[in-house]
Amino acid sequence: MSARLTSVLSRIAQAIPVVIGVVVISFVLTRALPGDPAVYFAGAAADEASIAEVREALGLDKPMLRQFIIYVGDLARGDLGQSISSGRPVAEDLASRLPASLELTLSALLLSCAVAVPLGVLAATRPGSPVDHLCRVLVTAGVSLPTFFTGILLIYVFYYLLGIAPSPLGRLDFIYIEPDHVTGFYLIDAALAGDAETFLGALKQLVLPAITLALFTMAPIARMTRAAMLGALSADFVRTARAAGLTNRTVLYGYAFRNALLPVVTTLGMVFSFTLGANVLVEKVFAWPGIGSYAVEALVVSDYAAVQGFVLAMAFLFVLLNLVIDLAYTLIDPRIGFAAK
Amino acid sequence: MTQVSPDSAERPRSSGALDHLIYVLKANPVTLLAFVMFALIVISALFGPALVPYDPLQSDAANALQAPSAAHWFGTDSLGRDVFSRVIVATRLDLVISVAAVALSFVLGSVLGAVAGYWGGWIDVVLNRILDTIMAFPLFVLAMGIVAAMGNTIENIIYATAIINVPFYARLVRAEVNIRRGAGFALAARLSGNSDLRVLALHIFPNALPPMMVQVSLNLGWAILNAAGLSFIGLGVRPPTPEWGIMVAEGANFIVSGEWWLAVFPGLWLMFAVFTFNLLGDGLRDIVDPRKRT
Amino acid sequence: MLSIRDLAVSFQTRRGAVNAVRGVSFDVATGEVLGIVGESGSGKSVTSYALMRILDAGGAITAGDVSYSGLDLRRASEADMRDIRGREISMIFQNPRAALNPIRKVGHQIEDVLRRHAKATRQDARQKAIAALEAVRITDAEARYDAYPFELSGGMCQRVVIAIALACDPRLLIADEPTTGLDITTQKAVMELVSALIRARGMGAIVITHDLGLAAQYCDRIVVMKDGQIVETGDPEALFARPRHAYTRKLVDATPRAGESIRSLLPAEIRTPDLPHKVHERPILAVRDLTKTYRGKSGPVHAVRGISFEVKEGQSVGLVGESGCGKSTTSEMLVRLLDPTSGEILFDGQDIAGIPAGRFARNPRRGDIQMVFQDATDSLNPRHSARQTIADPLRRLGGMGGAKLAARVDELADLTGLPRTLLDRFPHQLSGGQKARVGIARAIALNPRFLILDEPTAALDVSIQAVVLNLLADLRAALGMSYLFVSHDLHVVRLLCDHVIVMKGGEIVEQGPAEQVMASPAHPYTQELLSAAPKPPARRLVPAP
Repeated sequence: MSARLTSVLSRIAQAIPVVIGVVVISFVLTRALPGDPAVYFAGAAADEASIAEVREALGLDKPMLRQFIIYVGDLARGDLGQSISSGRPVAEDLASRLPASLELTLSALLLSCAVAVPLGVLAATRPGSPVDHLCRVLVTAGVSLPTFFTGILLIYVFYYLLGIAPSPLGRLDFIYIEPDHVTGFYLIDAALAGDAETFLGALKQLVLPAITLALFTMAPIARMTRAAMLGALSADFVRTARAAGLTNRTVLYGYAFRNALLPVVTTLGMVFSFTLGANVLVEKVFAWPGIGSYAVEALVVSDYAAVQGFVLAMAFLFVLLNLVIDLAYTLIDPRIGFAAK
Repeated sequence: MTQVSPDSAERPRSSGALDHLIYVLKANPVTLLAFVMFALIVISALFGPALVPYDPLQSDAANALQAPSAAHWFGTDSLGRDVFSRVIVATRLDLVISVAAVALSFVLGSVLGAVAGYWGGWIDVVLNRILDTIMAFPLFVLAMGIVAAMGNTIENIIYATAIINVPFYARLVRAEVNIRRGAGFALAARLSGNSDLRVLALHIFPNALPPMMVQVSLNLGWAILNAAGLSFIGLGVRPPTPEWGIMVAEGANFIVSGEWWLAVFPGLWLMFAVFTFNLLGDGLRDIVDPRKRT
Repeated sequence: MLSIRDLAVSFQTRRGAVNAVRGVSFDVATGEVLGIVGESGSGKSVTSYALMRILDAGGAITAGDVSYSGLDLRRASEADMRDIRGREISMIFQNPRAALNPIRKVGHQIEDVLRRHAKATRQDARQKAIAALEAVRITDAEARYDAYPFELSGGMCQRVVIAIALACDPRLLIADEPTTGLDITTQKAVMELVSALIRARGMGAIVITHDLGLAAQYCDRIVVMKDGQIVETGDPEALFARPRHAYTRKLVDATPRAGESIRSLLPAEIRTPDLPHKVHERPILAVRDLTKTYRGKSGPVHAVRGISFEVKEGQSVGLVGESGCGKSTTSEMLVRLLDPTSGEILFDGQDIAGIPAGRFARNPRRGDIQMVFQDATDSLNPRHSARQTIADPLRRLGGMGGAKLAARVDELADLTGLPRTLLDRFPHQLSGGQKARVGIARAIALNPRFLILDEPTAALDVSIQAVVLNLLADLRAALGMSYLFVSHDLHVVRLLCDHVIVMKGGEIVEQGPAEQVMASPAHPYTQELLSAAPKPPARRLVPAP
């Protein structure tokens, strides 16, 4: 057990340089953003002197290293700076918009896992069959879809042509009242409040963007499941299990699938990263009030504190998630911590 | 004992690579289709501007927002420009961006990965930390940040796309080199008097190329999506340059009023291009994957 | 009990159907142990998979009958087969570690089988699984129940596989190369265990192996297979004394045994007279206190602990030991691919241990010390033709090119018995024996004075091993090279070597003239190694021409 603990601790320790790297990169990136925030803050009528004054007030006249130290200090206090466009602290903006993004991303991931994993297993158990070819074509088509285009196409079909979907504007139609804030996830909050109507309303809004995202993430999951399953099914221990007369079910799920799950779990991290990236586009298409659309708006006006906050938040979210996945992996796979090298 | 057929043991196999290619294409008509689609895309990139019926930048207010017809196959946009011409002409730009980006990341990733995989030690540790850091950003978000920071130009889209792709190549090459570093043929090459650099460049690296080619093909598709996505949110290529992402973004405004062709055709062609590269990558995977060789 | 008649199995491949097994018939009586012997590709494993109906995808029985206690196994339903597998007929496999589910406790894997065949209930499953572990003589079975396969040694894993196979008291056991990949002492322990268990339970058994000597020692009757067909059947003594088929004779000849010469491994028709090689007094290589220590996760790992020995000019020295004894590390240090932690390597009187391995490629001594690698497939660059492979050292170190280079490669091909027509082929187009020849041709290209042979025949079938060992003997006589022959098999080493070194745990436990070490081993470990090797029965003696 102590070996296991060591490996958990060393995994956490590995995340530290990454976090430092993330902070450095985000600092460098945002300092390089075009446009001078001092000019912006000083206002349209400002002269040289007042701009310099603002620059001093913002600390922008100090050497880069000094600015960086101040920046890290602010970060440590949870201060991500002030957004130019909204006039509110960036941390506050992000916190209020993050649940929207997470709700969308997680629903999409759940949906795509629910479809892709069984599809991959099915394809692997019948390699070369029509199911396998179908899986391959579907999956390749899925990953080729530009999310922003799929979104638009879905809107055209389901909103404009068929009129089934609600208008693609945000998380909830204005006729509903926002549920009380508990988790920030409308579905969960509405369910907690027992408000079936709002729940359905939120669900309706969520379906199209979630499908758009899910279509895109299905491919890597299905592909990995298929490959891992094929590998596991041709492993020697599966032959042993068959030779011992175990039923197909036991061999397939108890032996092959559980071994195949390990690489699939690892891929989920990568898939999550893709999803977060694609999120930005989908949020723009569906006017989803998440942190992605927030960042796009901030980019347009060179609102560097907001962009920086967004990039940092995304990176931290992702580092955290990878950590969770790896730790989960440590718990699932007894071999971790005993590796020879 | 694995269940080997008698011919695999002592009798030499007489099949060549070409044989295998033909076999795979026969067993997998989808791959053959992918090659045909690829040819179509290359042709429109090379000769598109010479072949299209209209000037992609020529606006014609009298003919704005025309639905697809015999004269305008894909219809016209809000300025009366021919959507078909714009879609075809854009092929070259999107292809150049993705090919250049993938080539850059291929070279950079190969060098870094090969060095780290062969010598290991602190170089390996440092490289891995740097790659981890790059990968810690959702890649599209990082690309957004880079283009925003460096400025809105086509070169910067290429650099941004290249940077976010480097980790994939570096990791792949590192793994491939690492498993072959101790292989008998690499040791034998050292005994034959090859320097470490020669062993790496001439003996080990060429053996890592097949999986790299698969990655290249898959990445080309992904790079196109990435570039189009950046243009879609207003980064990178600027209007009126014909580019698929921008055209979809411009068309999006008309979709709710029913002028579907503005967004749908560029989107479909973009999809077609990405789909081709992905199919090709999948097909290449079958060709190079020795486990599929029965 | 088991009766197979005219069995034929074919596999669908891209070049059409391949008949892996053709017209095979044999019986196994209750309590009988049948050995199926053949080289790779002979169809011996496929036969057993076919009767269990667990052929890989694409494989199918195309003709014949399999009947077990009156049941038609070929036509039985899949559900019936599942009841038979594990309860009536069980299998154990080679590579035991891979044969176990890596992420399931071994106790649970035994329980799976017990529960499947209703031999245990939820309540007594654990107890019965532990009993099954005890039956295969696993010490502290209670604790091993909770172990994962990666926590157990190879031999221990094989015991677990046997426990799974025998948990439901089957009446027939099929052992598919049960000892391949295990150390020689573990091999013996596993075979003794299997043998004792099947005798005690009065089971029938089929032992599939490439090792005729092993089959002879443990089986009542032996079936020899070649190219999917049975060439000969008989009891071991008769088979060795009077092999009727030419192929059996070849196999019998090629099986190394005590007291015979390297030439006797070859069929009488192609046997050539022994060529003497001259051993000088002057040492070409002297190793002094050589040590290699790796940094491990839990403290330093002492791979080699201060060994010293000499190889005289023209002498062949055998370096013998089981996996992990440090013999490979030693040979890598000697060939200067690995830097020693301390100690001297005097080559021709000059210490080369201090020259970093990375820079030795440019040392003038590089061409004098060469190596033949263990796995011929792994040691050839898949993208280089045989000619390119052999030419590489000549180009790099010999500075040759053009016609001179081509002529030398041809000459080397002739010398190693590789047909010149094969020189333009790539490794995957060559057979195992041909690949071994390419590897040897490359190693001797620069006329090295000292050649390290790292288990050069370990991956080869015995008949090809016989040819390669003789080729090495011929080359030694012709070129006057000194050999260091690294192997796990004392009997093979003895054939080629004048002097033997036995290593264990990074140290030399015994060294001396080969005949003396073989005849009267001084160290208990050497004795154990010698007694663990299978002892084939005597064979009829054919005088050398």
